[in-house]
Amino acid sequence: MKQLLEGSQAVAEAVRLCRPQVVAAYPITPQTHIIERLAQHVANGELDAEFINAESEFGAASIVLGAVAAGARAFTATASQGLLLMTEVLYNIAGLRLPVVMVCANRAIGAPINIFSDHQDSMAVRDAGWVQLYVGSNQEAVDTMIQAYRIAEVCELPVMVCMDGFLLTHTFEPVELPSQAEVDGYLPAFQFVRTLDPARPMTLGGASEADNYQPYRVAQHDAMENAQAVIEAFDADFETRFGRTGGGLVQGYRLDRATTVVLCMGTLMGAVAEAVDRQRDQGKAVGALRLRCFRPFPVQALLDHLKVAQRIIVLEKAISIGAGGIVAAELRAALQQAEMTIPVESVIGGLGGRDLTPAVIEAIFQQAADEKIDTQNRFAPDHSVNGEVQHG
Amino acid sequence: MDKRDPFRHNVLTSGHRACSGCGEAMAARMVSDLIGPDAIYINATGCLQVFTTHNQQSAWQAPWIHSVFANAAAVASGIEAALRISGKETPVVVQAGDGGTFDIGLQCLSGMIERGHDILFVCYDNEAYMNTGVQRSSSTPHAVRTSTSPPGRLSQGKHQLKKDVISIMAAHHMPYAATATVAYFPDLKAKVEKAMGIKGPRFLQVLSPCPLGWVHDSALSVTVSRLAVETGLFPLVELEHGELTGVMRLAEQRPVDEYLRPQGRFKHLFNSKNGAIELRHLQALADARIRRYGLLDAETEWDTDRAMQSERHGRGGYCERRSHGS
Repeated sequence: MKQLLEGSQAVAEAVRLCRPQVVAAYPITPQTHIIERLAQHVANGELDAEFINAESEFGAASIVLGAVAAGARAFTATASQGLLLMTEVLYNIAGLRLPVVMVCANRAIGAPINIFSDHQDSMAVRDAGWVQLYVGSNQEAVDTMIQAYRIAEVCELPVMVCMDGFLLTHTFEPVELPSQAEVDGYLPAFQFVRTLDPARPMTLGGASEADNYQPYRVAQHDAMENAQAVIEAFDADFETRFGRTGGGLVQGYRLDRATTVVLCMGTLMGAVAEAVDRQRDQGKAVGALRLRCFRPFPVQALLDHLKVAQRIIVLEKAISIGAGGIVAAELRAALQQAEMTIPVESVIGGLGGRDLTPAVIEAIFQQAADEKIDTQNRFAPDHSVNGEVQHG
Repeated sequence: MDKRDPFRHNVLTSGHRACSGCGEAMAARMVSDLIGPDAIYINATGCLQVFTTHNQQSAWQAPWIHSVFANAAAVASGIEAALRISGKETPVVVQAGDGGTFDIGLQCLSGMIERGHDILFVCYDNEAYMNTGVQRSSSTPHAVRTSTSPPGRLSQGKHQLKKDVISIMAAHHMPYAATATVAYFPDLKAKVEKAMGIKGPRFLQVLSPCPLGWVHDSALSVTVSRLAVETGLFPLVELEHGELTGVMRLAEQRPVDEYLRPQGRFKHLFNSKNGAIELRHLQALADARIRRYGLLDAETEWDTDRAMQSERHGRGGYCERRSHGS
């Protein structure tokens, strides 16, 4: 039976079903509803966990680091400035190969301070060594959360579930919540071999020198590459058990004979799909592809879905200032490596919560068709209140 | 009291890479052996972490983790929470230097105490950033030479006072906070044992001389730390729930000169007129601490006004007056 749940409530329920033993967090908009709900579950005795009110996000990340090192399943959530404050610890968690799972309620970064959704926060930590899965709906947030613990614990990699702030966290959608028995059947209890235990004393996090540091990074990178197959397999298993896919590595929309394809992440796919429908109604061969798994970067899956395209528009809600579109740059590199010469247009938009409506996306399709998008980066046009597409 | 050899556990075993005479190595050996191997140790970044876990070798015979510099108390909080939810009672012990306690680690430490985690936090206080080459910390005493508080034409070393971290700890109304040094092992042993018998957050500040940074003969580490106590510069105290419950009284007060002279970090004070002013300030600081904690006479009440005047006298030293143009 479906329930009407806010994205924060939905993902918090999914976290509860995963039975974390330690939850630590520090409040930040738009993440707070998630931890408030978990705090209430702990207070009501509905979740047998220690709820730790951290003194900062840096502390929260460190607390879940410690908890997992001591053998407990743990959860934290943050966004924006909080994620940046965690950055040092995020790298450390990944380097220690601790399977921490967290939610990033994607939000812009200051200055200027802005609480609304874009992907600049999680993209800023893209090299930290975390699996990053971007969800497109509240249902996907639930399903991806449950998958995230299994991926993390099998791969010994931390996983960040990225869900758009407000667009999901504060939006009510009908959601199917699995039963506890179903989740227990899918997600085995956490058994960590490198746990801190006086019966088997181990040193975690010692110093290394030039002759043995690099192999740790090689092992992390290999584990990330191998995680692609694990993510696909666990999503397939999830689909078998629950009748829904979380989106695998990438998810296509009306790609059949599509010559122009928009690549995007997160909830943006909703507006993009609407724009694709309108374009298709006009007889235009366009489609869309949602990048669910940004880290590891699923090169082969992307190429498989894009090989018939003649033009790709990467529409992303983040920018590497001074370089441009991040996903676009990585896709261009992948195509070049595969000797595929498909033009990639990079369009950046939706920063700080600016709406990317179907009308705006249709305008971008038109600009692409007219070859008016620079080969270098450019920004999406704005959508004014009277419905006219404005540029700038 | 346990009469067996306190070093039978060998939790911190030999073969590590500490400098000879390292006060922190001595202190960590004492503390970890008193606690034993049935505990989980969390280390902040610093000398102890580096010299005990160098290049895939470990000197620890107990479960041990290091994450980053600032977060040892928070990592410990997570470990303690994980043990608590699992019904385990393994002791959790943090070890950090003064940088990881007074400065970069203070926020996580305050959070750990405020939340009431059942953790012993041990600060091995060597009064500067020794691991990075002797830079001043907020624990560095007044007028000390470090590489970032060098004496010069306009300076007599560190301008500010040593941060009174034990009072900050006590202000959390934590169950137990105490100071100790490597010079008084029975005192340190009693404090570790007392701390391990108390539930909740506990704090131990162990003065740990660093021959390299303090610039004294490596054979003098114990002597120097004893003089820190005997001059009144480093009072040995215990505070429970914010109240002073114990002090190590002094038979007599030795002049600070005796503590300062063997240490190269104070050498610049002994050959200049302005240095002589700082020496008087350091003596005033020692006097104030002796009065504050009643170290000389059991009947002496702590005269707040006089002690604080003296502290202020110490603070208003040559360097600060210069910076105000007088």
